[in-house]
Amino acid sequence: MKLELRGITKRFGSLVANDNVNLVAQPGQIHCLLGENGAGKSTLMNVLYGLYQPDGGEILLDDQVVKFAGPGDAMAAGIGMVHQHFMLIPVFTVAENVILGHEPTKLAGVLDLEAARAKVREVSDRFGFDIDPDAIVGELPVGVQQRVEIIKALIGDAKVLVFDEPTAVLTPQETDELMAIMKQLRDAGTAIVFITHKLREVREVADKITVIRLGKVVGEASPQSTANELASMMVGRAVDLDVEKAAPKLGSASFKISGLSAWDHQGTKVLDDVNLEIREGEILVIAGVQGNGQTELTEAIIGMHGKTAGSIELDGRELIGKSVKQVLDLGVGFVPEDRTEDGLVADFTIAENLMLDRSDRKPFAKGLNIQLETLRKFAEEKLKEFDIRAQGITSLARQLSGGNQQKVVLARELSRELRLLVASQPTRGLDVGSIEFVHEQIVATRDKGIPVLIVATELDEATQLGDRIAVMYRGKVVGVVPADTPRSVLGQMMAGISNPEVAA
Amino acid sequence: MKQSLRTPIFLAALTLLQAVLIFVVPAKSTNVQGYVDGDFFHLPDLSVNVLVSGLIALFVMLIGLVVSVLAVVKQHRKTPRWVVLAFGVAFSLQILLYLYAGKTMTFTSLMQGSLALAVPLIFGSLAGVLSERVGIVNISIDSQLLIGAFASAFAASLSQNLFVGLVAALIAGALVSWVLAVFSIKYVVDQIIVGVVLNVLIVGLTNFLFSTLLGANTVLFNMPPRFEKLPIPGLAQIPVVGPVLFNQTLIVYLMYFAVAGVWFALFKTRWGLRVRAVGEYPKAADTVGIKVYRTRYISVIIGGAIAGLGGSFFTLGQVGAFGKEMTNGAGYIALAALIFGRWNPIYAAFAALLFGFAENLQYGLAIIGSSVPSEFLLMLPYVLTVVAVAGLVGKVTGPAAAGKPYIKS
Repeated sequence: MKLELRGITKRFGSLVANDNVNLVAQPGQIHCLLGENGAGKSTLMNVLYGLYQPDGGEILLDDQVVKFAGPGDAMAAGIGMVHQHFMLIPVFTVAENVILGHEPTKLAGVLDLEAARAKVREVSDRFGFDIDPDAIVGELPVGVQQRVEIIKALIGDAKVLVFDEPTAVLTPQETDELMAIMKQLRDAGTAIVFITHKLREVREVADKITVIRLGKVVGEASPQSTANELASMMVGRAVDLDVEKAAPKLGSASFKISGLSAWDHQGTKVLDDVNLEIREGEILVIAGVQGNGQTELTEAIIGMHGKTAGSIELDGRELIGKSVKQVLDLGVGFVPEDRTEDGLVADFTIAENLMLDRSDRKPFAKGLNIQLETLRKFAEEKLKEFDIRAQGITSLARQLSGGNQQKVVLARELSRELRLLVASQPTRGLDVGSIEFVHEQIVATRDKGIPVLIVATELDEATQLGDRIAVMYRGKVVGVVPADTPRSVLGQMMAGISNPEVAA
Repeated sequence: MKQSLRTPIFLAALTLLQAVLIFVVPAKSTNVQGYVDGDFFHLPDLSVNVLVSGLIALFVMLIGLVVSVLAVVKQHRKTPRWVVLAFGVAFSLQILLYLYAGKTMTFTSLMQGSLALAVPLIFGSLAGVLSERVGIVNISIDSQLLIGAFASAFAASLSQNLFVGLVAALIAGALVSWVLAVFSIKYVVDQIIVGVVLNVLIVGLTNFLFSTLLGANTVLFNMPPRFEKLPIPGLAQIPVVGPVLFNQTLIVYLMYFAVAGVWFALFKTRWGLRVRAVGEYPKAADTVGIKVYRTRYISVIIGGAIAGLGGSFFTLGQVGAFGKEMTNGAGYIALAALIFGRWNPIYAAFAALLFGFAENLQYGLAIIGSSVPSEFLLMLPYVLTVVAVAGLVGKVTGPAAAGKPYIKS
């Protein structure tokens, strides 16, 4: 089935999320929709899926105009969607999830679960998925959950299948498997729309590429384009994706983690005997699929994790047992993974956020008073220095774009005298421009002779930014390897296979 | 995966307590009487020496404790549920025998009274299940019971027709839950707050109407007929079981159907799957074309109607008139039963029975003049609630989206 979007426009208030977007997806083709976060890709797909009503334009299936009042209509018309955040109910079985919304029933609305199981088995066998229809979805690995999501889309006999940022949560191996599945589906005649901002994936599977920027289609690109060409189209100016950095000038190992274990509130071990060392002037990247203990590691360093054992030493001083404030006072800069939750107070101004950690001391406080003039000067200065795009220092943090919010966090953390920088997924959800800036700042910090610990979930970032890479899996450090370690090796390590021949 | 040691520790504490009690309580006999006039045959009284039964109970409990420890420490599994159940039964029965030591326990009437106290709790917990399973926290069960009690007494009194009373109770309960639904779903008000406000509001409203309207003409407005007992031929004559379960009013029989019906609807039908999907992850339900708001309204309102029906038991099933605040907080105990019962209608019904039993035990013991102080007995239902929820249920996870409004983008 051929899908055509013609002149789709979608506004949210004064914001135009999609501006006259045209797109044609042919059967037996993988059509990539490439754009930065916030470019309007997901909005467009939500329009296609009936979740949003367009303000203009039309959707055509096999040259017939169709209207979708809701996702039910879109599904009935043969459009399936694999959502970025899986639309699966964790406590339901695979079969229950798959049939939800169009359940086979016996008399009087009684569920026919046997028919549901048979359907799941049939689709699962067709693609060699090997999925048990009675498994509880929440207990399955993420990659398998995604297959359930795919089965769910296919079971409605989808002729057009939309994948919305499907690789964000996958290991490199799982990503490769997903690519293979997409090709298999394409060869079976499905029209596939693949939404992503990851250039490597685009170049691997795309038959056709449409680039979208700020809600507009900026052009089509050939799958043979280089990554830099695609990135330039995506961003609208020449970009260099490589992180510029000189060879590290290493000092002594001033930051040491030894035998660190941690437990969550249910008593499950979330960190298991972690041993790491970072030298002055070195960036160590923690790589791994999300949820393998990275968050807990950064929390343990900063003093936010409840139950920990072992030792974390900075400049010979023990951090475990110290409060967050004491840890920060020892010169630890911390960029949390969720800037809106943990990094900023959304309803505070930029200026207030900039002094959040030092609001009780000089130069910002004198007795019980905040030195407003000092704060104003400081904030103005940082606004310039970090190129924070805002109306002024009294803009609220919530009004800023993700990139500018992250700059505020960085500005605050880097304006103290640092002895260690810890940054968790510092570029998550940022546009390419901001990513470049954040990377520059991190490298600059390193070059001042400060040990830097970065948590990265994307391998590209890990290999470009890091001087060494530590891979975590289920709370353990699988190994510490040089940054030029091949992706395939890192991928295996991320799946828990330790690599005995590599040594740090 | 490592399992929490909480259950074994809890069981060990109870075992220890039991062991101590064996020495403390004098070795009298408890006389258990089960026969009621009209039974098929005369069930002889049972005389149990509490020392002997205590040793048996201790033995069962020790086995349960060992199994639990082995399961958790060696096999890293949870304590099997049947072990907890057997342990609980042995412990509770023995405590019961101790409480009646040297006296006669009329078992059948004890159970009858328990069921009577549990009926509104069961109806209430069903309302809670239907509401919370679809994602709306229902603190206002008590108000739905109360309005049901009021409306049924009022309507049945006016019409002198019991069925008019039942219909009025259904509608009144549904109306209150409709208010809950509108404020929670449409106006996105905090569901706990709406629930509390409704409870206060309905208490105020019924108190006001009671003292003005009902008080003005009691004969006309507050003298409804009462449901007579309908013994089910054959079943009602079975000793113990018959008089307790099958010599009841219509409302109680309706309750049996309601429990089974809600369970079946929730877990076996298309409608139930959708209700649970909406309560777990409304957005996922939305993306497969399920109408989240409509599903929520319907389930909450059906729940309210069921609670209203439960309220009619106070007036048409028991007292025969409406009284101020006559639910006496039953809605809150129903809420506890629903959590204890893990949001499952059948488990919740058993939990409600347990609470009904605890409450009735207190009355029973007061009558025979037990040596246990009455202040302690008054605490019993609540102590049991806390112990049961904290010690045995452990971490319970309700519907993931309960209490969270769904806002369509």
